[in-house]
Amino acid sequence: MQGDTDLHTESGNTDPLLAVDGLTKSFGALIAVNNVDMAIAKGSIHALLGENGAGKSTLVKMLYGTLQPDAGRILINGKPETVASPNHARALGIGMVFQHFSLFESMTVAENIALALDHKPTPDQVKAELTDFVARYGLAVDPDSTVGDLDVGVRQRVEILRVLLQKPSLVILDEPTSVLTPQEAEQLFGVLRQLASEGKSILYISHKLDEVRALCDDATVMRHGKVVARTDPREESSASLARAMVGSDVTDAVRTHRALPADAPLMLELNQVEYEPGSLFGMALKDISLRVHAGEILGIAGVAGNGQKELFDVLSGEALVDLDSVRIEGHPVGKLPIAKRRERGGAFVPEERAGHASVPAMALSENALITRKAPEDGTLGSLGVMKFGAIRKLSETIRDAFDVRSAKGDPAASTLSGGNLQKFVVGRELSRKPRILVVNQPTWGVDAAAASFIRTGIMDLADQGSAVIVISQDLDELLQISDRIAVLSHGYLSEPLDAANVTLEQLGLLMGGDGGAPASGPEAANTAGMERSDAA
Amino acid sequence: MQLELVKRDAPSATMLLAAPFLAIGLTLLTSGILFALMGFNPFEALYEYFISPLTELWSVHELLLKAGPLILIALGLAVCYRANVWNIGAEGQFTMGAVFGSIPPILFPEWTGPLTLPTMLVLGIIGGALYGSIPALLKVRFRANEILTSLMLAYIALLILDYLVRGPWRDPGGFNFPESRNFSDEQSLPVIVEGSRLHLGILLSFLMVPVMWFFMSRTLAGHAIKVVGEAPRAARFAGFSSSALVYGSLILSGALAGLAGIMEVAGPIGELRPTISPGYGFTAIIVAFLGRLNPWGILMAGLLLSLSFLGGEAAQITIGLSDKMARVVQGLLLFFVLGCDTLVRYQIRFSSGAPKAAEQSAAPAAPATQGAGDAA
Repeated sequence: MQGDTDLHTESGNTDPLLAVDGLTKSFGALIAVNNVDMAIAKGSIHALLGENGAGKSTLVKMLYGTLQPDAGRILINGKPETVASPNHARALGIGMVFQHFSLFESMTVAENIALALDHKPTPDQVKAELTDFVARYGLAVDPDSTVGDLDVGVRQRVEILRVLLQKPSLVILDEPTSVLTPQEAEQLFGVLRQLASEGKSILYISHKLDEVRALCDDATVMRHGKVVARTDPREESSASLARAMVGSDVTDAVRTHRALPADAPLMLELNQVEYEPGSLFGMALKDISLRVHAGEILGIAGVAGNGQKELFDVLSGEALVDLDSVRIEGHPVGKLPIAKRRERGGAFVPEERAGHASVPAMALSENALITRKAPEDGTLGSLGVMKFGAIRKLSETIRDAFDVRSAKGDPAASTLSGGNLQKFVVGRELSRKPRILVVNQPTWGVDAAAASFIRTGIMDLADQGSAVIVISQDLDELLQISDRIAVLSHGYLSEPLDAANVTLEQLGLLMGGDGGAPASGPEAANTAGMERSDAA
Repeated sequence: MQLELVKRDAPSATMLLAAPFLAIGLTLLTSGILFALMGFNPFEALYEYFISPLTELWSVHELLLKAGPLILIALGLAVCYRANVWNIGAEGQFTMGAVFGSIPPILFPEWTGPLTLPTMLVLGIIGGALYGSIPALLKVRFRANEILTSLMLAYIALLILDYLVRGPWRDPGGFNFPESRNFSDEQSLPVIVEGSRLHLGILLSFLMVPVMWFFMSRTLAGHAIKVVGEAPRAARFAGFSSSALVYGSLILSGALAGLAGIMEVAGPIGELRPTISPGYGFTAIIVAFLGRLNPWGILMAGLLLSLSFLGGEAAQITIGLSDKMARVVQGLLLFFVLGCDTLVRYQIRFSSGAPKAAEQSAAPAAPATQGAGDAA
């Protein structure tokens, strides 16, 4: 935060490293990027802010050569360039770290990095370069470890190193901290500041406003494909940036974190769950115990890939475990499938809204039926004959109550935007008034207004006496809506902490980072498993 | 240089409707060219093949007679294909239905009464269903690919039939011909149109069209089959058991194919022979797809494919066209149906090989179209 004020002043009078001028790209009738101008000065850390769907990704894809603009120019050092392909972008000095990993899991770190470098060095040369780089910047990684064995946080570091070793003059990072603990993120910021002080430019794409205010010295805010603001984020408040992104004030309901009343009935419990997922790439759950009471929201924090999906499956009944290790209101249900758990009052919202929570090709009414087949839903007649009138009406009710914006009639789920489909699949469960709700990543990739709406709905449900588990990677979200927060790391679940008193640092430590050295598997597991060692 | 199939964002509604007709048109065109290459006048050959069977009443009867089993089998196959279960072995299920259903008239020829025929039909259904459950078992228990197992089982069924009619089930009074004894009237389906071979089974087959339409579009089971075919994870989430759906769809389609089988031998054939089907079980695959897996579409497609059988016979008799031509025409039709359907939903893109790796690494970074959709 300090020490970077002096470096963006020195870039004032020269040509910007990269400028775009009237850049436009449309897909069919939709103009995804509309006449965008932007300039990134040498040595600056430039934020590109915007909600999902604002056009950030499309803009960046044009800069990196994976999409070609319909109109407008890209100038690099003042010279117009056509970025024909990612190879060409790299030749022009543009490097990009993607949001999703593109590493070969069966190869070592050094091999992965060697593959990305144009001069095709041997692994030994890569190791030398890597050691050199690490000595200057930090970001330590063992070059000989196999990528498949590494944490997501460390993999992200490999992605970044791979791009930095290409020695680009502009580094584009797309939401790099979404898989990092707060401590790992802070470490990354240090590296980025150092790179900027050496005259490299960074384009930092994010929707996390605090991060941007702490790190960046310039910002372009996009909304609906257009640039709506250019600003110095250090002089803005999070609220003013949010207003620029969303176009209006977003009021987020805040939960008053409550202590549990002593007599709150126990609704859902896991007792020493052991679960080995069938696939090679899953994370085994080890000795997981948790308890949720009526009226309580339990948040499960953790970096993606630490067992969230598996935990959801065990809770929902999509994965079966020992009968006694899952209990709903005292009844053992570990071997009961999802339909039986719904009968007992459970409702579930998986992470993936299209393809798991809904069938994209099917109409909303048919999608409503997916979880609403119980007798009290009134959607089925005798012999399983569907009552179309009732099903349509149910779907209409959900759409009205949860502000689902879509085409008239009964459109296919695939025609809805992410936020609206998420409101539909969450609303489908909330409108049942379930006594137990388990939701995985409730607002992932959803715009701020929809996210606020969904969180309010979840909190209202808990206020009415239901037990709720929210699995989320978004710590701010968990701190906002949960009463207690437990951390899932390497398949272990920590003891829950009171959300009112917990700090980001505490959570970060539990999430597997220790603030400096790379997190290694067993170490992090011990941290997370520390408090439950008595159960073992 | 590489060919890629890229999914279209929104396939044209007109083209979706036009695709089957386009496929038929292309089939006619290509068949015409083939006829010409074989030295026939293409217009005359096309007339003999596709029009002349419709000009006389008796051949319209024959058209319906052949369409019956095709439609009945295809209705069942459509259920499988909707559930992404690729049953290719309807020919075997048809055959085993015929074999099971023939147990009463062949092993208990003296037992004739009002219950004989219903018993035969029920046994036919059971035979087909049991035979269809074998690939289901292999798929659920051992993850064996049902395309291979159901197809191989089809050939096994044909050999079992062949063995039976040449061996233990051969008619003792049949002068050593490989045939079973003839079925009596009580063991046969009654003719419903005087002077034709149209029997009760054909009516039953056509009646199954609305029944299956209701099943697929109005019941939870039909809904479950569509959900599992479209999005298997959503089906699991909904609480539909995927193994139950594999069993259910294969047993249902086996049952319908088995019913078609026994109705064929208890109808126009009247006995068991080494060959009881001109390939109905395989042709029904084309019928199912040409009919868009929709029962009403299958009704139309069944009539069309039946015409291709009849036309093949007619053209063989009148102008001496090889009977293999019927298979060629059917193959062309399937090829063009699948081709047209694919190209309506996907577009072909040529891409150069070089930046492929880079594009792949770029691909997962939030598809642009999805982002665009969110902004709308």
